[in-house]
Amino acid sequence: MRLKRKDLLGIEDLRADEIELILSTAESFKEVSDREIKKVPTLRGKTIINLFYEPSTRTRTSFEIAAKRMSADAINISASSSSVVKGETLKDTARNLEAMKPDCIVVRHSSSGTPRMLSKYVACSVVNAGDGAHEHPSQALLDMLTVKEKKGRIDGLSIAIVGDIAHSRVARSNIYGFTKLGASVIVAGPPTMMPPGIESLGCRATTDMESAIKGADVVMMLRIQTERQKESFFPTIREYSRLYGLNEERVKRAKDDVIILHPGPINRGVEISPEVADGPYSLILDQVTNGVAVRMAIFYLLLGAAREE
Amino acid sequence: MERLIIRGGHVIDPATDIDGEYDVYVVGGRIAALRPAASDTGEVSPDAPGVTLIDARGLLVVPGFIDLHTHLREPGYEYKETIQTGTDAAKAGGFTTILCMANTNPPNDNESVTRHIIKNAENSGIRVLPVGAVTQGLKGEKLSEMAGLKSAGCAAFSDDGAPVVDAGVMRRALEYSRIFDMPVISHAEDPSLVSGGVMNEGVVSTRLGLKGIPNAAEEAMAARDIALAELTGARLHIAHVSARGTVELVRAAKGRGLKVTAEATPHHLTLTDEAVEGYDTNAKMNPPLRTKEDVEALRAGVRDGTIDAIATDHAPHSVIEKDVEFDGAANGIIGLETAFSLIWGLVEEGVFTPGTAIRAMTVNPAKAVSIDGGTLKVGKIADITLIDPARSWKVEPGNLKSKSKNTPWAGAVLKGVVVKTIAGGKIVYGGPGR
Repeated sequence: MRLKRKDLLGIEDLRADEIELILSTAESFKEVSDREIKKVPTLRGKTIINLFYEPSTRTRTSFEIAAKRMSADAINISASSSSVVKGETLKDTARNLEAMKPDCIVVRHSSSGTPRMLSKYVACSVVNAGDGAHEHPSQALLDMLTVKEKKGRIDGLSIAIVGDIAHSRVARSNIYGFTKLGASVIVAGPPTMMPPGIESLGCRATTDMESAIKGADVVMMLRIQTERQKESFFPTIREYSRLYGLNEERVKRAKDDVIILHPGPINRGVEISPEVADGPYSLILDQVTNGVAVRMAIFYLLLGAAREE
Repeated sequence: MERLIIRGGHVIDPATDIDGEYDVYVVGGRIAALRPAASDTGEVSPDAPGVTLIDARGLLVVPGFIDLHTHLREPGYEYKETIQTGTDAAKAGGFTTILCMANTNPPNDNESVTRHIIKNAENSGIRVLPVGAVTQGLKGEKLSEMAGLKSAGCAAFSDDGAPVVDAGVMRRALEYSRIFDMPVISHAEDPSLVSGGVMNEGVVSTRLGLKGIPNAAEEAMAARDIALAELTGARLHIAHVSARGTVELVRAAKGRGLKVTAEATPHHLTLTDEAVEGYDTNAKMNPPLRTKEDVEALRAGVRDGTIDAIATDHAPHSVIEKDVEFDGAANGIIGLETAFSLIWGLVEEGVFTPGTAIRAMTVNPAKAVSIDGGTLKVGKIADITLIDPARSWKVEPGNLKSKSKNTPWAGAVLKGVVVKTIAGGKIVYGGPGR
């Protein structure tokens, strides 16, 4: 089994069966991380470049660990400035990287679409590790894996995503992913942070958090960037928290067996109260663990399995 | 005196309501006569000295096109375009008069820059009319020396590329421009509503995760400038209208009898924001490509005359500005060489009549900036464009005259070929033969 594609640029492009394949492959790789010797030889001799134009600890580390557990050589490049600033075209950047003969480039960039543009210029695989407000496919896959593990299914579940939808690539990828697997998704947030026509991605939208989480099987809280306050997306952190923060009282509106997800890093006391973040229904750390397995599966399905054909 | 006879073509001259087969006689660089084709042609032998005969059978013969909105980039950005390459592109596109915007480096905010542009354009064979800056350094603060700019040869005033943000400054600019009875061209955009946006705000921007620019960013500023035109009685021309609300505002302003004119570009008349899918930076412009509803409103505006002119907003950029991340890519595309064919495509689709299309590219822009031209009336300067309406051509960026190749139509096959451009009675593009 393999993914019959060169790149993983977004969940929008994936079919449901491809998502299922990645999730089931990830499940089989989870066990590797529990071994004494956490390594399989599957991708020995493969070179993976982590090209991060945006600061990231969690995602970059997760991709790096995933590569190393598959025995691939992982190289991290923290690019401090974009090609625009350097006066270099994206094509030049791509050609220079390609000249080092990598098998895969994992790219994170603050500008939406950059992974897609890069993929046009290189023959190797490109994995999107988050581009602007566009997509963050590996995050959505690990979220889906976490939900599937706990609930045994995704089909038929009610998923609420709450917070800054407009600026969130995590929201977009999850809307595509969960709806493709048969869940119903509702997004909630202030109108200032709700992008026009978000329903066209397949979800419902509301400004009322309480109605969004009512009866939800899964509540996903998005990180609120405090800088947004300066741009008048909301008046104060206190008021944001009052309208859209998840506390124990609100959790009661969801299903009894609700699970709470957060892509991290958490602003405790802002979008999520400490009691909820640390509560029994919180799977925030399971998400991190599953992130490694999902990324191992992505590398395997793009680089490893392909070789065997 | 040099004579040119353009024989047997289909003449369309909206200014004089001529639409039929005529022979056009040019003497001394001016239109000498239009006579029904195939009438007495014996009087001039094709072998007579000083006579050039052009067989225009099967071709359209129209006034040379007038572009109210180009960026020639010289001085300062010669790596993108020069006056030489830009005017070569204009001639290949059938343009005999072009207005070039002031956002050069240094900006055209004083007469010495204007003179430099005009001098460097002298050998082009076509008329290059600089647009002078509204404010010094295009900063939107202090008025430029408009009298000096006018005396050096500027045809209008604009800070194009950026709006005049301060309403008080715009008011003074409009008032002051009345001395010269010259229009101020508004790049209508409220920067606080653009706020880092890179494409039209809507379903497509949401899907692509790109920051959107709402129609209101243009409409709010256009409404302000129209109110100021009403207040001051000055001439206002709204550049590159993209939003349907702006079309309504201009229509209402004209209805009130204000001296307001407007233009739309071929790309805003033909493309929607869906062209941005795939993050093609050649679909990135300012104002951005809008939706189907906006395109329809612009087309209706051209048809009923609300939108006076079709202008290219020819904006050359090199690969270093375009082959980069979408957010960081420069705005704009080249347009001089594709403008006519794109508009002719709309004629073929039945969107415009040939007369409407030609009018918006000739006499209407001439009126908007008070240029004596845009018509084949006897006695006028012989600026004439010959077109093969039936032939198609493939847009090969490498073959374009413009120094920059930033076009979203690379590889497209377009109908309607400019075969000859005649300026002041001289063939400046296409050579003497058929």
